[in-house]
Amino acid sequence: MSLTKEAKARIESAAHQTRVDVIRMVNAAACGHPGGPLGMADFMSTLFMQHLRLDTDNLLDPKRDRFILSNGHTCAGLYSLLSQKGVIPRDMLMSFRKLGSPLQGHPHRNPELGIDMSTGSLGNGLSVGAGMALAARMNGWDTRVYVASSDGESQEGQVWEAATSAAHYSLANLTVMVDFNNVQIDGEMRKVMNVRDLREKYESFGWHAVDVDGHDVEAVDRALCEAKEVEDRPSALICHTLIGKGVSFMEGQPGWHGVAPNDEQAAQALAELGAA
Amino acid sequence: MEAPPAKKIATREAYGEALLALGKECPHVVVLDADLSGSTKTKAFSKAHPDRFFNIGVAEANMMGTAAGLAAMGKTVFASSFAMFAAGKAWEQIRQSICVPRLNVKVCATHAGLTVGEDGKSHQMLEDVTLMRVLPGMTVIVPADAVEAAAAVRALVDFDGPAYVRLSRAATPVVMPDDYRFEVGKGVVLRDGSDLAMIACGVEVPAALDAADLLAAQGISARVIDMATIKPIDEALIVAAARDCGAILTAEEHQVRGGLGSAVAEVVTQHCPVPMDLVGVEDTFGESGTADELLARYGLDAASIATRAKKLVQRKGA
Repeated sequence: MSLTKEAKARIESAAHQTRVDVIRMVNAAACGHPGGPLGMADFMSTLFMQHLRLDTDNLLDPKRDRFILSNGHTCAGLYSLLSQKGVIPRDMLMSFRKLGSPLQGHPHRNPELGIDMSTGSLGNGLSVGAGMALAARMNGWDTRVYVASSDGESQEGQVWEAATSAAHYSLANLTVMVDFNNVQIDGEMRKVMNVRDLREKYESFGWHAVDVDGHDVEAVDRALCEAKEVEDRPSALICHTLIGKGVSFMEGQPGWHGVAPNDEQAAQALAELGAA
Repeated sequence: MEAPPAKKIATREAYGEALLALGKECPHVVVLDADLSGSTKTKAFSKAHPDRFFNIGVAEANMMGTAAGLAAMGKTVFASSFAMFAAGKAWEQIRQSICVPRLNVKVCATHAGLTVGEDGKSHQMLEDVTLMRVLPGMTVIVPADAVEAAAAVRALVDFDGPAYVRLSRAATPVVMPDDYRFEVGKGVVLRDGSDLAMIACGVEVPAALDAADLLAAQGISARVIDMATIKPIDEALIVAAARDCGAILTAEEHQVRGGLGSAVAEVVTQHCPVPMDLVGVEDTFGESGTADELLARYGLDAASIATRAKKLVQRKGA
């Protein structure tokens, strides 16, 4: 089933709002990571608006879906999406990275705000997702567990320990979405340490794995629907994206991995996004 | 009259039995192992409750992360491997995924210390107490014997938060009574005395009791305290020991730097400064040998403790 016109518009609007929020939050914090969440905004919005059962009305339901942002540094985007779903108060967003805020510089577990796991040290999230998926299956729940990861994070050995064990235990309720933008802190991923073809890698580990254009929300939606139909193995969506997507001077630039736009740059970015 | 020799049981054996019993009583208990279930003794649980046991293979980091995920969904997870690999290899995952979100994972690590024996230094974990007790919110327990190990494991099922339990490979003397009730954070005076207090954990508790006998024969009265919970440590018991005895010796099968001795010294220096001596492994790795040979070689046997205790008592008021 393809996306309805309304659903597609809802996702695109959420992705747009995510980009605007990310620029404002990172600018207000004067530090943080804008490039990743701009690139992830389309596939993350597809997940959050169309698939992930995490809303104000089921927040405290133990059977609801779970989401782990394993590439935790991209959390401005996560906080924006949770606020758009009403789970995080909108007026909390600007406290991002500030003393006393629940919206820490890297996610700190706070299920009441929909933050299901503490992350930030790369490599940890997929193992935790596998544990959650195991628990859900043991309990007979139809909970689905989604983990966001990245090409750079795939250099961590623990990712592949987790990939081995998730396939071994046939965790069909586990889906990883890998932000593949060929950028990491020190430059181009393929030059720093090439993880090569992640679809092939996940497939060889026993996963259902597909490459998808991470900015094509219909394609991402189809891949997420497909993943739900796979009954005997976990699924990996290798989401090919452009870091900084939507802001011309950030697009494709490794320099915008972990640098905040100053006021002038933020104003330009917001103008480009039509939100000045 | 000589007391009959104490029976010897490895604390890992007691862990395995306690886990098996708990499995029947507590459906929320899940057990993970990293390809060492025969040695860590989680195998009995795995056979009785195959639906609640997961072998993660030789992948300790992933085991700790998986444990965190299960705990985040409401399970109480016991995760086992050898101490070297649990506390050493997977320290970062224990910190980030278990301690930071404060999840109910009980890391029960076996084959700690020199008494691993012939496997040698690669497997003789002597730094785990230091590594674990520095983690905020982590409870650290080193049972003195099989009775205390079983009691501690039982106590941890309903204990909120992460915990690390340090267990031994070698069979060691049983020194606790059968009706012993373990309480997290409480030390136990096993023998009263007034010239010095000897605070020990793990296999050094029976060694300290034997040392107290040797000292008594020389007219020295030693209080012996089993300090199984190294964190949170029983400050009141340490302060009372310092005031009553005026000198404190600690004994542990672990590096002296950062372990029980350091934990006790942190209390003594702040609240009740008295002369101290810290018995443990002195900034070196272990080697192959039998458990008893190694304890003697590294100065952790009863005779070595008694010699050091005597010197410590001589320092009092000097």
